[in-house]
Amino acid sequence: MNIQLIVFLPLLAAAIAGLGNRAIGNTAAKAITTGALFVSCALSWPVFLGFLSGGLQEQVVTVLPWLRSGDLVVDWSLRVDTLTAVMLIVVTTVSSLVHLYSWGYMAEDDSQPRFFAYLSLFTFAMLMLVTADNLIQMFFGWEGVGLASYLLIGFWYQKPSANAAAIKAFVVNRVGDFGFSLGIFGTFLIFGTVSIPEILAAAPGMTGSTIGFLGTRFDTMTVLCLLLFVGAMGKSAQLGLHTWLPDAMEGPTPVSALIHAATMVTAGVFMVCRLSPMFETSDTALTVVTFVGAATALFAATVGTVQNDIKRVIAYSTCSQLGYMFFAAGVGAYGAAMFHLFTHAFFKALLFLGAGSVIHAMHHEQDMRFYGGLRKSIPLTYWAMMAGTLAITGVGVIGVFGFAGFYSKDAIIEGAFAAGTTAGGIAFFVGVFAALLTSFYSWRLVFLTFFGKPRWAASEHIQHALHGDHHDHPSDEDAGHDPHGHEAPAHAIKEGTGGHHPHESPWPMLVPLIVLTIGAIFAGFVFHGPFLEPGEGTAFWAGSIAFDEHLMHAIHEVPLWVKLSPAAVMILGFLIAFAAYIRDTSIPDRFVGQFGVLYKFLLNKWYFDELYNLLFVRPAFWFGRLFWKKGDEATIDRFGPNGVAAVAVAGNRLFTRLQSGYLYSYAFVMLIGLAAATTWVMAR
Amino acid sequence: MGYSLVLTLPEIILSASAIALLMVAAFAGDKAARLSTWLAVLAFIGAALVVPGVTGPGGIAFNGLFVADSFAAFAKILIYVAAAIAMLSAMSWFARDGVYRTEYPVLILLSSVGMGMMASAGDLITLYVGLELQSLAAYVLASFQRKDSRSAEAGLKYFVLGALASGILLYGVSLLYGFSGSTSFEGIAAAIATDGISTGELFGIVFVLAGLAFKVSAVPFHMWTPDVYEGAPTPVTAFFASAPKVAAMALLTRVTIEALGAATFEWRQIVIFMALASTILGGVAAIGQQNIKRLLAYSSINNVGFALIGLAAGTPEGVASVLFYMTVYVVMTLGTFFVVLRMRDEAGQPVETIVSLSGLSRTRPALAAAMAMFMFSIAGIPPLMGFWPKFYVFEAAVAANLTWLAAVGIATSVIGAFYYLRIIKVMYFDDPAPAFEARRDLVSSAVILAAALFVSPLGWFALEPLGTASLNAAGALF
Repeated sequence: MNIQLIVFLPLLAAAIAGLGNRAIGNTAAKAITTGALFVSCALSWPVFLGFLSGGLQEQVVTVLPWLRSGDLVVDWSLRVDTLTAVMLIVVTTVSSLVHLYSWGYMAEDDSQPRFFAYLSLFTFAMLMLVTADNLIQMFFGWEGVGLASYLLIGFWYQKPSANAAAIKAFVVNRVGDFGFSLGIFGTFLIFGTVSIPEILAAAPGMTGSTIGFLGTRFDTMTVLCLLLFVGAMGKSAQLGLHTWLPDAMEGPTPVSALIHAATMVTAGVFMVCRLSPMFETSDTALTVVTFVGAATALFAATVGTVQNDIKRVIAYSTCSQLGYMFFAAGVGAYGAAMFHLFTHAFFKALLFLGAGSVIHAMHHEQDMRFYGGLRKSIPLTYWAMMAGTLAITGVGVIGVFGFAGFYSKDAIIEGAFAAGTTAGGIAFFVGVFAALLTSFYSWRLVFLTFFGKPRWAASEHIQHALHGDHHDHPSDEDAGHDPHGHEAPAHAIKEGTGGHHPHESPWPMLVPLIVLTIGAIFAGFVFHGPFLEPGEGTAFWAGSIAFDEHLMHAIHEVPLWVKLSPAAVMILGFLIAFAAYIRDTSIPDRFVGQFGVLYKFLLNKWYFDELYNLLFVRPAFWFGRLFWKKGDEATIDRFGPNGVAAVAVAGNRLFTRLQSGYLYSYAFVMLIGLAAATTWVMAR
Repeated sequence: MGYSLVLTLPEIILSASAIALLMVAAFAGDKAARLSTWLAVLAFIGAALVVPGVTGPGGIAFNGLFVADSFAAFAKILIYVAAAIAMLSAMSWFARDGVYRTEYPVLILLSSVGMGMMASAGDLITLYVGLELQSLAAYVLASFQRKDSRSAEAGLKYFVLGALASGILLYGVSLLYGFSGSTSFEGIAAAIATDGISTGELFGIVFVLAGLAFKVSAVPFHMWTPDVYEGAPTPVTAFFASAPKVAAMALLTRVTIEALGAATFEWRQIVIFMALASTILGGVAAIGQQNIKRLLAYSSINNVGFALIGLAAGTPEGVASVLFYMTVYVVMTLGTFFVVLRMRDEAGQPVETIVSLSGLSRTRPALAAAMAMFMFSIAGIPPLMGFWPKFYVFEAAVAANLTWLAAVGIATSVIGAFYYLRIIKVMYFDDPAPAFEARRDLVSSAVILAAALFVSPLGWFALEPLGTASLNAAGALF
């Protein structure tokens, strides 16, 4: 098992591409990083298959001692068990495909080595995170992926909006990471160790103990789990700390696919699963996890139904699916959570990369209102997106075959029902309703993009491209030079191609789409046995998560209507989308007219940004201004540097005046000094 | 007596050379100016080589009037080398204006004899003789370009104020002698140790310190410095800023430690005041200066203040740090002055404004780099050599429980850093002023290069031997 190679090859590649940068050139940087990732990926699959066949046992490889300080003993060590193996293939597969995809997508960018170095650095940090054997190392990886995410969201640093989004992601993650670090401190305080196996072994013994804080006693495990969960909420964009994820779409689309869909945002789910024996000791914490997950699934799905930016729809979809994973974990179905993480990585990366392909074909136009009728122009992308949509909406026939999401999402929804708790029951109904919305917004995306008549004419991006540097595509009809295309889209949208001929993306972009399409179709069917089935699952997970065999049994015993409900809402969602966007395209406008308030509420994402702006941002600015103007400038600067400088300048003027050039004044100063010194020594 | 003469061999060599060169001057005239300069350099080398040979623990000559201990040896070698290099700078500089005369090396030699006496003084009488010998030669040097009114004014000012300072010093000497009954440092120290300090002696101490403070140009006896530095011909200013500072500082150290060691409590407060006033005034007053020589005058005041902080410690480490400080200071200041000496416009006229340095990095990159190194170094920025003397001085102050003094010293060094950095800013970031005249000058280039190498981190190799030597020298006083 070459776990060191798997983890450190991307780091090496990142260092070479990042430090070499322009000196080694685009091609070398791309080849080195992509090559390293493919090697890493090729080494990861045997590890996963080894665990799948039962040929490999969990093991820990110590690389280096890191910290030795009193009780605190931390090593750099790589832990490989089933859970890690699952994450390894998710991370390396998606990452290597995204690297390849970026050859095409970023072909015209002028700082490609930097981009690929960041991508590889991210992959290294993510691998560090999933192989962590102790909380400190996990935190290292956690912060590492946060850094890479920040760098990649702000990759186009010339765009103010990208910088703002990067800072927003960083700051919101600070909140989560603060909770996470408090959780780590608390865990060390209670257990005296940061080693994950030791903590998990000792956790059941701590059930029922309490710790005092501010004069109140709290249940120890609840406090610790909730603090750690705050970290997971930040990284996985759960309701409350989700605001950064949609804005993170400012980054290049491959980044969105890798970091903000398939891997980094699932780190929270991974962490909860990794620490699942710990979470099992606190029902309160699990209930909170369930409710937060369910609320996020619902919230994000509702918002996703009205967004116009193709990437934002998928971003909210990601947020919603993460909610599914969390409430699965909350009801104890960790296997289902991990399985959904696994399948979701394939179909969501596919959707994002497909969206990237569409955007590429449409000259960076991202507004779906300017799409339409792309089915024929970019057929491969269309079929890939179709597979992704079938996977996310969960199309399948029980007992025969289904797309990836069919197995994982249905297991989650049924698991929530089978858990038999109140929270589980609520999560079940929320999950079903969110599945209806999922189906609706996914089909809406497909219909708006690929069906209907082309509405490209009014797109500023396309006009710009046509009248700018692409003179080989002369406009065959006067599309009108409407400079206000985006400010008044409702009036400006009109049908017509505007003379644009979309082209299918180049092969480096299509190959990843094809590979991921295979994953989106078959990942669920092939792997649902070991991930979910009672007997097989216990053997597969081998204690790396708290796999609940009874719950998995219970899933098979749920009533038929429960089993059928996800499929029913999936079809219903498809029909609504079909009616509104294919049959009678006036329905959406009439809906908006009738329910203007609801539409505005959803379009503005439940006014979370506005609320946070009011609650946190403005007071923070106010405080900042106070400290800046009153504290720094009026106090520290005034009496500190500026004051000293003013005194120095005034002193300089005085001394210059004394230095008159007249002998008698010089002599006078000398005598004054002499008299003063004499007086001083006498008087003392 | 014969033994005594051997101990004064360096002084004898220099005096004899001075007399011989005077003969050359009288008979050969100014034609022999260059030759006699090189001969004087040889005399300095000879004297410096003799110094270690005549140094010994019992090196007391003329019944204690003259001391040839390792402290004196350290100071003398430094003085001779600095004087010789400063003298070399004059040759080509005066030659340009056709006023270089054979008297110049003679005056430097005589002044150096006086400085050697100052470093070796073991008695108030030798102290005064050495000081006057040095000063009289210096007055003449200041007005060496006698047809230039600024030079003449500088000489006159220096002379009048120097006379006043001498008067104050002599008055203090007479008081000390009158109340302690001895002119020798040993006798004074014994008298204070046995009888305690009397009011008369206290007056005497203050007056003597004031007279010596004038020589090191410590505030408030510094007033002459900017005017004389600006008015005197630049090679003379370079000389003033180097060797005499070392001699005066050595003398001040010897008097305070050897003669007044028992009255440390009394003089320490005065020294601390002078140290702080010098660092602050040297920093603040320099900020607005437009003339580079005037600025360097304030810089020397500022640096003397730092050296005095080491003296205020009053410990062997403190004295060692003073010697170390003066050594590095002399190298930095000579290097800087050699750069200033290169400042001539296209017509060959000397320029002295800071503005004329604008954009030097583009017109004369090597010169600008050297100057930048000197400025960074004087500002005390590591890893350059100038960091270490400040460090040792503050370390000595802290070890002597004068932590607050070190803290204030560090704070004031920030003010100094401002104007040193301003010169670098002017050289590197301002639009180029008219280029300086390009002229090959091997001696000057060699000196600048050597000084730059010394202040560069390469100079760290000198840390160990210099530290040992200065500690060894300081040990002779205790």
